[in-house]
Amino acid sequence: MTNFIRLIARNRLAAFGGIMLVLLVLLCLITPWLPLDDPNITSPENRLKPPLSAGHLLGTDALGRDILSRLLWGTRVSLAVGIAASLVAAFFGSLIGIVAGYFGGRTDNTMMRGIDMLMAFPYILLALAIVAVLGPGLMNALYAIAIVNIPFFARNIRGVTVGIAHREFIDAARLSGKGHIRILASEILPNVLPVIVITMSTTVGWMILETAGLSFLGLGAQPPQADLGSMLGEGRRMMLNAPHVAVLPGLVIFLLVMSINLLGDGIRDALDPRLKSGALSRPAPFTHIRRRQVPPENGSAANALLDVQDLHTHFEVGRRTHRAVNGVSFTIRHNECLGLVGESGSGKSVTALSLLGLVASPPGVITEGRIALEGRDLLDLPHRSIRRIRGRNVAYVFQDPLSTLHPLFRVGHQLIEAIQQHQAIPRQEARELAVSLLDQVRIPNAERRADQYPHELSGGMRQRVGIAMALANNPQLIVADEPTTALDVTVQAQILALIQNLRETKGTSVLFITHDFGVVSQVCDRVAVMYAGRIVEIGPTADILDDPRHPYTQRLIDCVPRLGEPNNEPAAIPGLPPAADALPEGCAFADRCDLAEDACLRGDIALRATDSDRQVRCIKPLGLPTRQGVMQ
Amino acid sequence: MSKPLLEIRGLTRTFGGGRRWFGHDIPGVHAIQGIDLDVAQGETLGIVGESGCGKSSLARLLVGLDTPTAGQILFAGEDLQALRKKDRYALSRRLQYVFQDPLSSLNPRKRIRDILAAPLRHLRGLEGTALDRRLSELMEVVNLRPEFISRYPHEFSGGQAQRIGIARALAAEPKLLVLDEPVSALDVSIQAQVLKLLRRLKDEFDLTYLFISHDLSVVEAISDRIAVMYFGRIIEQAPSRRLFHSPAHPYTRLLLDSAPVPGGPPIRAESGESELPDPLAPPPGCSFAPRCPKAEPDCRQAVPLLDTLGQRGDHRVACHHPIEGPWRRLDTQEVNETANE
Ligand SMILES: Nc1ncnc2c1ncn2[C@@H]1O[C@H](COP(=O)(O)OP(=O)(O)OP(=O)(O)O)[C@@H](O)[C@H]1O
Ligand code: SF4
Ligand code: SF4
Ligand SMILES: [Mg+2]
Repeated sequence: MTNFIRLIARNRLAAFGGIMLVLLVLLCLITPWLPLDDPNITSPENRLKPPLSAGHLLGTDALGRDILSRLLWGTRVSLAVGIAASLVAAFFGSLIGIVAGYFGGRTDNTMMRGIDMLMAFPYILLALAIVAVLGPGLMNALYAIAIVNIPFFARNIRGVTVGIAHREFIDAARLSGKGHIRILASEILPNVLPVIVITMSTTVGWMILETAGLSFLGLGAQPPQADLGSMLGEGRRMMLNAPHVAVLPGLVIFLLVMSINLLGDGIRDALDPRLKSGALSRPAPFTHIRRRQVPPENGSAANALLDVQDLHTHFEVGRRTHRAVNGVSFTIRHNECLGLVGESGSGKSVTALSLLGLVASPPGVITEGRIALEGRDLLDLPHRSIRRIRGRNVAYVFQDPLSTLHPLFRVGHQLIEAIQQHQAIPRQEARELAVSLLDQVRIPNAERRADQYPHELSGGMRQRVGIAMALANNPQLIVADEPTTALDVTVQAQILALIQNLRETKGTSVLFITHDFGVVSQVCDRVAVMYAGRIVEIGPTADILDDPRHPYTQRLIDCVPRLGEPNNEPAAIPGLPPAADALPEGCAFADRCDLAEDACLRGDIALRATDSDRQVRCIKPLGLPTRQGVMQ
Repeated sequence: MSKPLLEIRGLTRTFGGGRRWFGHDIPGVHAIQGIDLDVAQGETLGIVGESGCGKSSLARLLVGLDTPTAGQILFAGEDLQALRKKDRYALSRRLQYVFQDPLSSLNPRKRIRDILAAPLRHLRGLEGTALDRRLSELMEVVNLRPEFISRYPHEFSGGQAQRIGIARALAAEPKLLVLDEPVSALDVSIQAQVLKLLRRLKDEFDLTYLFISHDLSVVEAISDRIAVMYFGRIIEQAPSRRLFHSPAHPYTRLLLDSAPVPGGPPIRAESGESELPDPLAPPPGCSFAPRCPKAEPDCRQAVPLLDTLGQRGDHRVACHHPIEGPWRRLDTQEVNETANE
């Protein structure tokens, strides 16, 4: 709750609206105790006094009534009617929306058709018609305004409810023995309540305006009762000789509606979960880089395609710093496939995205490191050069191909765009190239498939298109982030074969991110194991799988069930990895490690070479020859 | 084998379809086509198959989240649909469901206490101190710290959330748990923790499991018996050891050939399209025929029925030309040969 208030306060306009509204409401609340004249007492001898006359601070109207008093009492009435109308509209509208959205099918159809019929009439005409039937009067105006606003609520709330009704926790509640009424009241309602509040806060201002409108036309408040609309209506007739009679209520309407709408927008923003996570703030096209020093060139990696040294990528969220990537170093040689394995949250994706500055900023910042592609430090290059490297030298394939494919364009068209971005060739030629790319990734009937939309393809097909996009400009390096995780094993086998084939025929290098050791052993020459933002072991795949040196690698391999060995019960690793914003000192794996000792908890543990081509970050690596023989 | 706990007979579920006011009738999509399956008390039956083959549709039919178009489900000899007409909570007291995505199966706006209390209240009629006692028992059973009970779901990791999902299912004191990909969303290290917990719970509460997964190695690790589904049908069914030793259906062999094993031999990839058939225009005869290396002309004429193989009677396969002999992953040489074909 305090958080909510802080969010509103941060939004200056909303805070301004809020303060203004509080003042207005306070004034309305204390009106009965203020030393004011009776708002309805007429005194013809005092008619149309200008503001600041004795006894009448804001003057009097055509019947000699005190305008200040009438304004305050009138605001009270307008506010009350507006709020009451929006409560009524919110109640019935939400009820219809929730019921229609939850039950769906025929119930939904019938109810929403009714709502559509209401909406078919022009809005204010409908309100007029309702008042015409019910007869003029404040209460009837209230009903009319409430009724014309019901469809607005019903549609909004129905949309949200449909989304929620299909979530799994609703099924879970059903299986817990909850009936429809209980599910509606205790599962659905709490989740749509924020939306109801948002909708109300953004409509209440309009409803006050609409009520004022009806009163202005003489259909709302009846004389002698004052509300803002009727005061405006009465004042209109003497606009020329006594403008203050109309201007003052107009001003109050303006202030009231403006303050409510400003606050309403603030409430909407504060309650919108997307805003809290910063998703609506547009990220920069390149990750911010804030390096204090640059690691020197790595002589030994001179002939590598990609050389990453001591990469640090942090997320700065509020006062916390999530150290997602915390000193990662690796090289990829020409035509090599390096696997990057690790549990969820270990920093695999952030490492991959950091390479070309694709980490969202804010909150992401690259704080240290060097990323050399054929000797050029990418973190030093101007954005223009990076943009040229993206897609041409280095291409990405993601787990969800839909994240790179636009749903509204044919896949062929998207491939042509990708090709023409880096190659100046005519469209017809690009189209031929696109079709041949689809052919290369073994899409049957490529010519026809090129004219289909992404949603017309199966998951496996889409991933092939994703790979074809990555291949469009013959990149030197493909970064594949879990490209097969969402696919069935038979499709996965085909995609893996495709990637192997590309390496053989085109000499492409691959950074292959996965959490599946089986997949690693199929496609990777070397593998790096990540834990809590660091590489804890790196070396040739077969060596690491047969003979892991880091206790974490060993435990991770042991907890994978192996096909064909049902007796070999997977051994769980107790506990959880540390949170990225609270990394411990010393070895991050220490609290889950059987071999941990005091020395593991102190200082920085370096990644050191144990064999000619293997490195491990542990003070007691497994399986190394010692003086007593092989350490166990 | 004594009388099975769960007997599924000719279970069918068709989506959509029906008559239009104008024009042709809309053809229905058969998600489940005439499934026959028995599950014995105390056993773990694994169900494997690719996405879209009907695994989850089957699971939802069993727990009563959906109603079959045809066929019968008997639980301990009683017809579930008839039982449900008498008492709408009857199913939930006997069969419970564990969801794939642990977080989306927990209402983000409810505390764990409320989530777990619902089945205790509505299905077991517990209140007051009895309810509290049972709540702390449940937390203990799934290895969660007691103070977690007053937290909200988003404060939990995937593995912890899945334990809550399991506790919620156990609260109803069911006899049978339908676990729909319960560890697929979890990391391997967490997956092993949850599998271990599931094994322990099964012994402790004398449960029967129907364990659905697309991951062969996970299913093998936990199941006594396995049924393989393809395109809405069960195409092979056998005790776990036997199925992995000598799978008889070409599709089962394809699955095994495609699954990568750490340090294992290279996997084999199908050369053609590896797509499920179009459900709106199913192929005639065996639905696997378009992909099957063993397909013969007769395969495209008659749908093969699930039939026992050999004398033992516990291995059943739906194929006109089942493959005999033990399965062995093709070695590298053969892979090259297939590639050159
Ligand atoms: N936009 C962000 N804001 C704050 N923290 C983030 C953001 N993106 C990622 N993180 C954090 O960075 C860490 C590493 O995340 P990353 O996505 O690289 O993990 P991963 O190894 O790819 O995991 P997975 O296997 O789930 O894909 C995590 O702790 C994550 O919470
Ligand atoms: S450094 Fe210590 S705690 Fe860390 S993995 Fe090695 S032995 Fe275990
Ligand atoms: S019936 Fe024929 S097509 Fe179907 S799986 Fe058996 S051999 Fe293959
Ligand atoms: Mg990732």
